[in-house]
Amino acid sequence: MDERRRKAVAAFGTGVRRAMPIVLGYVPIGFAYGVLAGKSGLSDANTLLMSLIVFAGSSQFIAVGLFASGTGPAAVILTTFVVNLRHMLMAASLAPFLSGWKKRHLAWFSFELTDETFALHTAKANQLAECRLEALSLNMTAQASWVVGTILGIVASGLIGDVKPLGLDYALAAMFIGLLVGQCENRVRVITAILSGIIATLLYMVGWHQFHIIVATVVGATLGLAVEQWIKR
Amino acid sequence: MDQTVILWTMVGMAVVTYLPRLLPTLFLSGRTLRPMIAAWLRLIPPAVLAAMLVPSLLVREDRLVFSHDNLFLWAAVIAFAVAWKLKSLSATVLVGMGLVALGRYLGWGM
Repeated sequence: MDERRRKAVAAFGTGVRRAMPIVLGYVPIGFAYGVLAGKSGLSDANTLLMSLIVFAGSSQFIAVGLFASGTGPAAVILTTFVVNLRHMLMAASLAPFLSGWKKRHLAWFSFELTDETFALHTAKANQLAECRLEALSLNMTAQASWVVGTILGIVASGLIGDVKPLGLDYALAAMFIGLLVGQCENRVRVITAILSGIIATLLYMVGWHQFHIIVATVVGATLGLAVEQWIKR
Repeated sequence: MDQTVILWTMVGMAVVTYLPRLLPTLFLSGRTLRPMIAAWLRLIPPAVLAAMLVPSLLVREDRLVFSHDNLFLWAAVIAFAVAWKLKSLSATVLVGMGLVALGRYLGWGM
């Protein structure tokens, strides 16, 4: 094996290894999604396809719930857009580090950008420009594990009578808790999360059942930034 | 619901999910953001996660519920402790689901 290929294989392997914490989270959560989707009346093919072409955990759970309650296509797509708009902000914060990447690599990288892959890439953002293959392999491993979890869930869906006794309807909330704690590494971030949570709850209670997420996110982050600037002074 | 309608809805979901991931990556790659904007962007993940989570724990039929039979809320308190101690996403998810399953088995809450 020549030197170049050996380096490529090593980089690929590093990406797979770095993705392992995500794999441990994605397989059970993908499983819960697969079961819930089957129970909510999605065909096996559609359940799998959503993990392949959308690949956004929380919005997949939310969409399954909306399909089950008979919500129309326009409302489902709009909700998905609002829930996933946060990726735009994540993409914007990683983009400056992706200098020198080809367009097709950027297109591939961004397709698999999730809360979890974003968190790992942010931790090593300064090396992203040189470690393209490692970053892409990390992303692919993450999506592969999500798809594997989904398939296991589809298979199990026929064997499980009701999702509630297993607590599968709590998978999404528990996932948010784990991710949120991982994000709360300093005081300003904790304050931001609390403010945003309170605002979202108030908006939800006055009847904003779709836009409460994006409005609370933007207002919460802005207030958090103000607190950060004020502390710095 | 008709599977063909679901299929086309998912295609729409894929498009509206991909564009916000793709466009900033393509157009901002290699550029530096202003420090203020970068600081704001760093606060987006905790903000959006809390905005999705908190209403699902506290609100039942448009009312705040803090009582003992809000199983989701009390499971969340323990799940937070687990997430804090173990720093593990999968452990948090498994404990959270396990507590809700156990609570229901014991006839507690919804």
